Amino acid sequence: MPQIAQLAATYSSQIFWMLIFFGFTFFVVGRGMVPKVMDTVAQRDKQIADDLAAAERARAQADAEEEAWRTRENANRAEAQTLIAEARAKAAAVTTERLATAQVAIDATLAEAETRISQARRSAAAEIEDVAADATREIVSRIAGLTLDDGAVRSAVKENLVHG
Amino acid sequence: MHQFSIQPLFGSEGWSIAGYNIAFTNSTLWMAIAAVTLAFFVAGGMKRQLVPGRWQMAVESFTGFIDGMLAANVGPGGKKYVPYIFSLFMFILFANFLGLLPLGVIGLHAFTFTSHFSATGVLAVLSFAIVLIVGFAKHKLHFFSLFVPHGTPVIMIPLIFCVELISFLVRPFSLGLRLFVAMMAGHVLLEVLSSFVISSGNAGIGLFAIAGLPSFILMVGICALELLVAGIQAYVFALLTCVYLNDAENLH
Repeated sequence: MPQIAQLAATYSSQIFWMLIFFGFTFFVVGRGMVPKVMDTVAQRDKQIADDLAAAERARAQADAEEEAWRTRENANRAEAQTLIAEARAKAAAVTTERLATAQVAIDATLAEAETRISQARRSAAAEIEDVAADATREIVSRIAGLTLDDGAVRSAVKENLVHG
Repeated sequence: MHQFSIQPLFGSEGWSIAGYNIAFTNSTLWMAIAAVTLAFFVAGGMKRQLVPGRWQMAVESFTGFIDGMLAANVGPGGKKYVPYIFSLFMFILFANFLGLLPLGVIGLHAFTFTSHFSATGVLAVLSFAIVLIVGFAKHKLHFFSLFVPHGTPVIMIPLIFCVELISFLVRPFSLGLRLFVAMMAGHVLLEVLSSFVISSGNAGIGLFAIAGLPSFILMVGICALELLVAGIQAYVFALLTCVYLNDAENLH
C-alpha cells in the first residue's frame, strides 16, 4: 500500500503542496470569488424582493384608487338620480299646471258654446213660432176668412208647438 | 496498487526546504489541476449578471448549497465559514471527480490525491484546528463544557468527560480516514474488477464470457457508484466540518 510504504518519503511533500494548493483555493476561490458570487445572488434576491414589494404597493394603490373611483362614481350616480327625479317632478308639475290651464280654457269655451247653442236654440224656437203664427194666421184668414188677433194665434201656436 | 504510488515529476525529487523533501509529484500535479480547474469553474460564474447564464447558475447553486448547509447546521453565525467550507467541498469534489477521469484510454494516469491520508489528513487537521481556534476564541475555557452534556449526573461527569474528549479527539482522524478509505476502496475495487476482465480475457474466450463480461458490466455500475461516492464523500467531509463548527460556534 503506497500510502503507508511511501509515507516517510512523501509526507512532507504531500503536506507542503496540499497547504499550497488548498491555500490557493481558499484565498483565491473561497475568499476572492465566492463572496462576489454570493453578493450577486444576494443582490438579485434583494431586487426580486424590492420588485415584489413595489408591485404589492402598486396593487394596493390601484385598489385604493379603484375604491375612491367607485365611491365617486356612486356619489355621481346618486346625484344624477336625484337630478333626474327632480326634473321628472318638475316636468310633471308643469304638465299638470298646463293641463289645468287647458282644462279651464276648454271649460270656458264649452260653457260659452253651450250658452251660444242654447241662445241659438231659443231664437230658433222663437222664429219657428213667428213663422208658425204667421202661417196659421194666413191659413185661417184664407180658409175661414177670419182675421184673428195676433196674440190669440200666437198663444194657440205656442200651445200646439209645446203639446204638438 | 501502482495507481496510488507517488512519483516525483520533472526531476524534482531533490527539492527540499529545511531538510524536508518537497518534490513536485504526480499527487502535487493533480492538486494543482484540481485547484486550477476549480478556480476556472468559479471564475466562469462571476459574470455577475442579473439573469444568470447556465455556468453562473451552476456556480451560484454550489455557493447556495454551501450557504444553506451552513445555515442549517450552524445557523446565522455560519455565514462567515462559507469561503472555507466552499473551498473544502469543491476542492475535494473536484479532486475525487478528476481522479475518476478515464484518462488511461489516452495513455495518461489520473491520480486521486484524496486516496492518500497524508493529503486528506491535512484537510482534516485544518478543519479540526479551525474548530479548536474558533471554540477557544469564542468561549475561552468554557469550551470544555462541550464535553459535559446537559443533565449529566455529577458522579458521571469524570467518565463522560473522558468519553466525550476521546470522541472529540478522534474527529480529525475519522474525518481524514473516511475520505481516504472511501476513495481508495472504490479505486481498488475498480482495479480488481478490471484485472478480472483482462486476465480472464487473456485466459480464453470461455472464461471471459463467464468471469470477464459480468465483471465488466459490474464495473460500469460501480463507476456510476464511484461518481456518487465522490460527491457524497466531499459532502460528508463538508457536512461534518459544519457540524463540528456548530459545536465550536454554539456549544450545546
